[in-house]
Parts: sequence; structure tokens; C-alpha cells
Amino acid sequence: MVVGVLALQGSFNEHIAVLRRLGVKGVEIKKPEQLDNVSSLIIPGGESTTMAKLAEFHKLFPALREFVKMGKPVWGTCAGLIFLADKAVGQKQGGQELVGGLDCTVHRNFFGSQIQSFEADVSVPELASKEGGPETFRGVFIRAPAILEVGPEVEVLADYLVPSNKVLYSSSTVEIQEENSTPEKKVIVAVKQGSLLGTAFHPELTADTRWHSYFLKMAGEVGGGASSSSIVAVGEEDPGLNQQSKIDLPVFQ
Amino acid sequence: MADSGVVTVYGNGAIYETTKKSPFSVKVGLAQMLRGGVIMDVVTPDQARIAEEAGACAVMALERVPADIRSQGGVARMSDPQLIKQIKNSVTIPVMAKARIGHFVEAQILEAIGVDYVDESEVLTLADEENHINKHNFRVPFVCGCRNLGEALRRIREGAAMIRTKGEAGTGNVVEAVRHVRSVMGDIRVLRNMDDDEVFTFAKKIAAPYDLVMQTKQLGRLPVVQFAAGGVATPADAALMMQLGCDGVFVGSGVFKSGDPVRRARAIVQAVTNYSDPDVLAEVSCGLGEAMVGINLNDEKVERYANRSE
Repeated sequence: MVVGVLALQGSFNEHIAVLRRLGVKGVEIKKPEQLDNVSSLIIPGGESTTMAKLAEFHKLFPALREFVKMGKPVWGTCAGLIFLADKAVGQKQGGQELVGGLDCTVHRNFFGSQIQSFEADVSVPELASKEGGPETFRGVFIRAPAILEVGPEVEVLADYLVPSNKVLYSSSTVEIQEENSTPEKKVIVAVKQGSLLGTAFHPELTADTRWHSYFLKMAGEVGGGASSSSIVAVGEEDPGLNQQSKIDLPVFQ
Repeated sequence: MADSGVVTVYGNGAIYETTKKSPFSVKVGLAQMLRGGVIMDVVTPDQARIAEEAGACAVMALERVPADIRSQGGVARMSDPQLIKQIKNSVTIPVMAKARIGHFVEAQILEAIGVDYVDESEVLTLADEENHINKHNFRVPFVCGCRNLGEALRRIREGAAMIRTKGEAGTGNVVEAVRHVRSVMGDIRVLRNMDDDEVFTFAKKIAAPYDLVMQTKQLGRLPVVQFAAGGVATPADAALMMQLGCDGVFVGSGVFKSGDPVRRARAIVQAVTNYSDPDVLAEVSCGLGEAMVGINLNDEKVERYANRSE
């Protein structure tokens, strides 16, 4: 089984490292045609503005939308979640292009700047029931987005109770195109809709691999074994130069 | 990939997590989100927007770019917080700012105005010739410069969550950046092949904490994100840094001292993303207009910023 990881910028090395720990090969996706060779995709964390710009330069958006439309499993973490959302608020001037598909409204950089970044044990009942392990997951929120609203078809996998002192729109700087700017107390941080998975935090930065195996099971359900023959070809196509795999940073337990 | 099953974990005393408020994971985390990106020096909100549009993953808010600090001389200090705030207001990407080495009050001010990363930088005039800032005391993460492995690990021990090899800022000459990256990477390669018994003496020789040296040996890389900086002026320079093993690139004077900043900024960003693809590198390097003039470092009058701190 081979999983594609969008490798424009951000924590794609970390995702590939987690996949490797689970015995799955992750391949870097930088060009639209590379998407044909994978049956599932992870869009990693990073700077969503930057990643959107690079995806635009690489003409990736049509291919990504097609990939989502075909019902292939896609998981976005942090910036990737913003990519998948149908609507995002708090973007840069002029907005940024999105892939869409996930029926929800995401507030980019909801929690504010780096000073407001934090770690929290997030309650994840659905994940725990499928993958076992503790009821909570150590979520690392780095200048993280949050999901403000979800459509009827979206399954909420985790939410986070924002301590009242933490809700600061320090990014009032960035035009917040929201109508009702009263911050809600509880925000959604993990969702699933059909074959799409989104998390506002970064499971690739911690040692707990349950989210990755959860996604692999989603991918397994959809992909099946039939496509494995086309997958093997990917590794061979990659020129050796791309394969000088980078050594990973340590992870947090 | 013999050791593919190995999971290395932070916090075995190697880099300790000090305050509960901002654990080291959150500090390193932002640096990890910047990987594979370009961080650009900007002096106005307009330049910040150009950088953002070009795909920079962060901007460094400054009053003067290093090339101007070099030519104008005088004491270089932290930028006016007003300017940093204006730049912060104009973009959505993270904003970094420089504090003088050892000047922890400048760092406190930068933390108070909410910058995302503080660069304790040798490009500014030193405030303390002996000590760096104790970066464990801050919630804001720090990036620090280094010329070799020992210096990098000393900064990490002081609490830096990101390292940039120093290069020679404001020269447009990449030779020093290459020297420093080669030095760090070379030392790590030597370390990897070393017998465990020899690591104690090696740690003493490079004047770095033993536990961090040992962790570096086990990892085969620095335990934090490592960017290249100083003298990067072309897409090829940036890709060179990436191929030498850096996680990303700082571009200082190289963009906005060139003939066509918009195109050059975008080209450098694309070069970093596609650093191992010569076809793309060739394409993005075409017709970028004039690069910054650059300084020959053999001239003895050129002050070496990199040597200002140990």
C-alpha cells in the first residue's frame, strides 16, 4: 500500500516517517500526474498560504479537486484541513484557493499567533473505539485552524473547549470576514465526511500513530487490493535523486 | 534504511521541556511547519505582501536588510515594534523579528507584541559578548545562528528551537553558507561513525553538551529544524543549500536588493520546493533580471558577522 503525501512545503517528511513506522510507504507528490499513481493522499501541515501558492504554481488544484471528487481518501492536517474545507475565513488579502469537498467553515489561524500555540489532550471517543488506546489524544496545535460550522453530512470526531481567556482574535489584523464575531466556546478540531478526514492538530508530530492507522483503514476500505499493481510502479518511476530520504526529527511522546 | 523502525523521542533529558505553558514540542512544531520553505527579510508591509504572494513561508521583519546594515554601518538594533506590528498586520504567514545577541529585553518586547519567532542574530550589533539569551525563559520560540556543530548544540541547549547556519549576511556570496553547512553536516557524519566511547572527548572538543551530542549521533542530524542563511541570492543558491541537507532557506538581501524582487522571490520559493529537479531549477532561473551585486569576501575590510559570537 502506498500513500501519497503532498510535498510542497511543511511537515510532509514527518507524515512519511509515521507511515514508515506503520510499515507503509509514503511517496512525495509534487506534480499533478503523480496523483494518478496513488489511491489515497495526505495533505500535511505547513503554511496554508504558502502551500496554496505553490499548488497554484504547480497547477495542482484541478487534479486535487478531481482526486477528492473521485471519492479517494484524503486527510488534511492543519493547513491540509484548510485546503479541504469548502469555506475558510481569516485569509490573506485576496483570499487563497481551496480544494474544497469538506462541508464546513474553517477559521484559518483561529487560536492566534505562535504565542497562543498550545498542546492539549483532546477527547477522541471515535478514534479510541476504532483503534483502542486511551480516550484522549495529545493534540499539538500550531497556529492552528478551527472548524466553526459543519454541514449535516460531517461527522465530528473531536472538539476542543476553548478556555475563555484563550479566545483572542489577536489576528484582528487579518480581515476576519465573519459576520458574527462572537467567538464560540467549543470548536471542532477533527472531522470526517465520507472519504475525507480533517484534523486541526498535528498527529505527525507525536509518537501516537492512531490517527494514521485510522486513515489507512479508511484508505483500505475504499482502495481495496485491486490497485496495488499500479502502485508498485511509483517507486520505480521515481528518479534516484528524489529518493535521498531525509532523516527524521525526533517525535514527542 | 536499516533503522527505519526506530522512534526517537524528545525529552529524555536531552532537550528538556521547561515551562508547561509553551512546551518544546510547540516551539519546534512551528519550525517543522516551515520546513521546505523560504523565509524572507522584509522592511515594509508592501514587501511582506510581495513575499507572501511569492509563497514565502514566513517573513523576517526588519528596519534595514543586512546589505544596508553593512553599507551604512552604525549600531544595528531591534526594529521599531510599530514597524513589526504593521508588517504582522499585513500578512497571514508567521512573522519573525531579530533581537540582538544577549539582549533579553528586546526579546521580551518582541514576545509582547506577538511575533511568531525571535531570531537572536549576529547581524545586529552584539549586546552581550559573553552570553546568549536564556531562551528557556520565553514562550516565544527562538532561531539562532551557528557555524559548526558545537555552536548549534550550545544554542539548542540554551533553548533555541530552530537553527540556521550563519553564512555571511548581506554579501550575496554563498561561500560562507556552504562552508558552515558543510561543517555541521561533516561533523555529524564523523559523529555517526564514531565509537560511543569517543563521544565524550568529541563533546569536549566541540564544547557541546554530551547528551545533545549523543542524541545527534543517534539521529544522524541536528535534533531541531535546520535552515540555511546568509548570502543566498539565486534559486540555484537556495537549491544548493537544500541539496546539502538543510530543511529550508532564509533569504535576506537577496530578494529585495535584486532587479525584479517579485519574480526572484517566486523563483527561489519554487527552487526550494523542487530542489532536486534540475529541469524545474533551469526553468525558474531564466530571465530573473539582475541579482544583487554581492561582495567579495577576500576584501579584508568586510566585517565577518558570523564570527561575532561563539
